[in-house]
Amino acid sequence: MHMTTLRSSFLFLYLLCLPLAGYAQAANIEINTPAIAKLKQSMQQRHAQLQSHYDSGAVGFTADGSIALRNAGAVPMAARQSVNMLVASENQDRNALYREIARANNHPEWERDIRNTFSQRWISLARKGWWYQNADGSWRQK
Amino acid sequence: MKNGLNLLPLLLIGFVLSACVTINIYFPAAAAEKAADRIIEEVWQIDDATRTDNQQKPAEESQP
Repeated sequence: MHMTTLRSSFLFLYLLCLPLAGYAQAANIEINTPAIAKLKQSMQQRHAQLQSHYDSGAVGFTADGSIALRNAGAVPMAARQSVNMLVASENQDRNALYREIARANNHPEWERDIRNTFSQRWISLARKGWWYQNADGSWRQK
Repeated sequence: MKNGLNLLPLLLIGFVLSACVTINIYFPAAAAEKAADRIIEEVWQIDDATRTDNQQKPAEESQP
């Protein structure tokens, strides 16, 4: 008698989960939130200053969706401190962006997937001549 | 009764598998890629006309 109750309750839970799986598949990605808009704005303004460092190869795109100072020699000594700060602020915004998108979609555990998606897309959309890091850590130029 | 005992683990596995699928596998990768492109195009202020990867489809380029 008990076994029958247990069995039917598991069957019920099992059936309950099937439509959920289908629903999740059709889901879209929400990116229209005030927090995400603010981060975009901040990164867009910073890009005007970072662009020349992407062009010179001083700063490149890492395999984990961040940016890094890869060739300090391409930056005049006097500007090095400010470039370091630009890179640090940009990475702060990027980390916040990935976290915010995951959160806006009610799936904080997606943060890593979103980061991976972005790391590929930053590199795919990067201009010719900009540098990026392969999964093995080596730097390549587009 | 013997039959019932054999069926229970099967149902359990089915339940666990469907839960796993719901949580992990259904990250909407294609939608995420589109969302990422929209954000990157805005941050870098690029439009389709100035995209450097027009010759190669971006979706194919990023596949392993």
